[in-house]
Amino acid sequence: MLVNEIINAKDLPVMEFDGIIVGGGGAGMRASLQLAESGLNTAVISKVFPTRSHTVSAQGGITCAIQSDDPDDDWRWHMFDTVKGSDYIGDQEAIEYMCSEGPKAVFELEHMGLPFSRTEEGRIYQRPFGGQSKDYGKGGQATRTCAAADRTGHSLLHTLYQANLKAGTNFLNEWFAVDLVLNADKAVVGVIAFKIETGEIYYIKSKATVLATGGAGRIYASTTNALINSGDGIGMALRAGMPVQDIEMWQFHPTGIHGAGTLVTEGCRGEGGYLLNKDGERFMERYAPNAKDLASRDVVARSMALEILEGRGCGPNADHIFLRLDHLGPDVVHKRLPGITELSKTFAGVDPAVQPIPVVPTCHYMMGGIPTNINGQVISVENGEDKIIDGLYAAGEVACVSVHGGNRLGGNSLLDLVVFGRAAGLYIEDAMKQGVQLKDASSDDIDKALERLNKLNASSEGEQVSVLKERMQQNMQNNFGVFRRGDLMEKGIDELSKTREEVESLYLKDKSATFNTARIEALEMQNLFEVAEATAITANERKESRGAHARDDYTERDDENWLKHSIYFAETKEVSKRDVNYRPKTVQAFQPMVRSY
Amino acid sequence: MSAAAIPVEQIKTITMSIYRYDPTVDKKPYMQDIVVEIPTDKDIMVLDALHLAKEQEPSLSYRRSCREGVCGSDGMNINGKNGLACVTPLSEVLKRGKITLRPMPGLPVIRDLIVDMKQFFDQLEKVKPYLITKSDSPEIERMQSPEDREDLDGLYECILCGCCSTSCPSFWWNPDKFLGPAALLQSWRFIADSRDEATEERLDDLEDAFSLYRCHGIMNCVSVCPKGLNPTEAISNIRNKLLTREKS
Ligand SMILES: Cc1cc2nc3c(=O)[nH]c(=O)nc-3n(C[C@H](O)[C@H](O)[C@H](O)COP(=O)(O)OP(=O)(O)OC[C@H]3O[C@@H](n4cnc5c(N)ncnc54)[C@H](O)[C@@H]3O)c2cc1C
Ligand code: SF4
Ligand code: SF4
Ligand code: FES
Repeated sequence: MLVNEIINAKDLPVMEFDGIIVGGGGAGMRASLQLAESGLNTAVISKVFPTRSHTVSAQGGITCAIQSDDPDDDWRWHMFDTVKGSDYIGDQEAIEYMCSEGPKAVFELEHMGLPFSRTEEGRIYQRPFGGQSKDYGKGGQATRTCAAADRTGHSLLHTLYQANLKAGTNFLNEWFAVDLVLNADKAVVGVIAFKIETGEIYYIKSKATVLATGGAGRIYASTTNALINSGDGIGMALRAGMPVQDIEMWQFHPTGIHGAGTLVTEGCRGEGGYLLNKDGERFMERYAPNAKDLASRDVVARSMALEILEGRGCGPNADHIFLRLDHLGPDVVHKRLPGITELSKTFAGVDPAVQPIPVVPTCHYMMGGIPTNINGQVISVENGEDKIIDGLYAAGEVACVSVHGGNRLGGNSLLDLVVFGRAAGLYIEDAMKQGVQLKDASSDDIDKALERLNKLNASSEGEQVSVLKERMQQNMQNNFGVFRRGDLMEKGIDELSKTREEVESLYLKDKSATFNTARIEALEMQNLFEVAEATAITANERKESRGAHARDDYTERDDENWLKHSIYFAETKEVSKRDVNYRPKTVQAFQPMVRSY
Repeated sequence: MSAAAIPVEQIKTITMSIYRYDPTVDKKPYMQDIVVEIPTDKDIMVLDALHLAKEQEPSLSYRRSCREGVCGSDGMNINGKNGLACVTPLSEVLKRGKITLRPMPGLPVIRDLIVDMKQFFDQLEKVKPYLITKSDSPEIERMQSPEDREDLDGLYECILCGCCSTSCPSFWWNPDKFLGPAALLQSWRFIADSRDEATEERLDDLEDAFSLYRCHGIMNCVSVCPKGLNPTEAISNIRNKLLTREKS
């Protein structure tokens, strides 16, 4: 059966595995490793060869209290920083789990062979990152981010791929997952996926499906994200009737290269770099007198945006900020930041050891996602109560467990990937041992998951993907960026709702079954659109400023009404609230405070 | 950069001559000229130009992901030389307003600029590209001195793009027997790692006449590697290691 035929459940071939992981990035391959090592028949489905996943782009490092730089470092301090960074809507049980289990997960990576940079003592090298402190904010800047030069994501992803090869994981590389298959009980029993090269399509059946499809930064016109970051997992979950949580929370990274969008790591400022406006002023000293350039990302991004808005931007159009590194000397720049040197030369035409890099705040990370518990089990909300979805798990950027709340700290995503990828794997391993009973999907159930493909194949007219994508990206960029305002957001939502019909009836001109990237881009566009609309509607609903969500019309944080997660369902387009977890197991919960840096 | 290269500022339209082949539609491959309008105020990358071409010809197929030279997706043959489209500025390769793009040579073409990398990855897997340790892992990380770690620089950065192996004549002739520069670089990456405990076994695997010894030091691999890595040097390091082993 080929992807360009009229596809029906009855003729569809089936493949079965104990566990399937949709996504071969850091989260997916950490989960698959756990399953494969426990002897389960495990498959990773990835639309690109695993080492082409976006995790490869991560630069600066993985934050964790491994006590290399500072033997007195404490995971509780890391927990405090993460809670504060989240602007108090990160779940404390999950943050506690991540920060306390973190060292184990990082040491495991080292044992697998990750080529971390080293200290003179031979331990893992750590660098300072934004929002890090000692002694619960009272002891000054901490140095907690474990690094392999500025290629930590590359090193981590290749290491995990290598470990999976060793463990005998099955890889379905360059396979595209289209939609989830649900049984009569609304439990997830696998996915529809096709092999991109040949177009062969299958129902891939499993009692444990893990979504690890990564982020969706491509909803914005300017982003640090890879071209493949189209939020496919979010689209699949929303179409299957599951909610997303805190999806309005998008991180704008302070230092995307002006014009290109490619990232230069926060590690640049960790190594001693700083930001300058057109007057040559180190303006972060005004906005964050203590942490300065290493304040939390939301704070730095807003300060930069304000400098530009108030006319103190650099360049002929006063539209960017300078990141200065040359004072560190070529030794530090080339040794600690070799990848940054390469990127700056290629995309900005400057050698950072000599000249400053032109940067602007750029869409970077999706804090929200599919709500899960710390075992990776996906949670839905029914009548105000949490309800676990059987058979479905999520980990990594696509998930919202939630350790990042309203604002993620640098280096915490890579940690999130390996800690919760591993946790999901451990849980599934255990569940499989106990035995899992799920009803088989009926033909009708499977046909439902095929609707989208069949409609695309039948299309004979309609709008082109590139046109719709550009329109959506501009809309998101203009109306849901660093600063947000009710009237503009409403205009943006209106525009989106007018586009929905066109997105659902896209025109696919090229119907070839062989490596048809046009078909993939069309399917991705529909997923991006789901993420964009969820973001827009939820952002407008959250009537306060918190973390990365900064409103000109509601400038204050409103703990009375909004110390809550937002929950959004695509079917009703309604936003509700869910309690934030303030019940860590081994420490006292950290209560909301004024967030200053 | 050739002397014939025209400065980008003066160019409004360019011709992209692109290898096209969809086995389900085309009897044989052909070159298609696509005329693309490019901005005059800034330089763009070859990948950006391909996106513009794809807007006109949505059926045009190529791989891409990171668009910043770190994922290894878009290795292709640009004006006769392998490279990554996403980090190759158009100004450097445009000749009289024209650029020619073909799939990387030596591997079967799936469609347009997309090659079947199976042989490349099969060879990689043969070198056991993962750390092998026999002693127990410590509670914390294994210690490694900065000097020992430095031995991995120039090796661990490989992005598996395939530019090197698909420009290596020895790999073209024996893609199933000669491991090729990328796999051999990875082999050396683990032999060189002070933490790896399988050097002997790795060397044993390379003793046959083909796996390693088909390299004739032509250095094509070095000249195309977009990450500036040096597979030839890695190969000669393995050779030396094999030689000293024989002597002792
Ligand atoms: C430039 C940059 C630098 C960063 N630096 C850091 C850093 O220094 N430290 C840090 O902690 N974080 C960093 N981050 C964030 C971090 O890298 C990401 O959040 C993280 O890598 C996401 O990993 P993931 O495993 O969730 O998803 P990804 O790595 O994005 O992987 C997603 C996987 O899902 C697959 N997939 C998606 N859709 C489908 C589908 N439909 N069918 C089949 N497969 C599919 C893809 O093929 C891919 O394998 C950075 C992010 C960026 C953009
Ligand atoms: S030096 Fe060896 S590996 Fe490199 S291209 Fe030449 S023959 Fe191939
Ligand atoms: S050695 Fe260089 S050219 Fe070869 S696969 Fe690695 S990065 Fe690509
Ligand atoms: S797109 Fe990733 S290397 Fe070019």
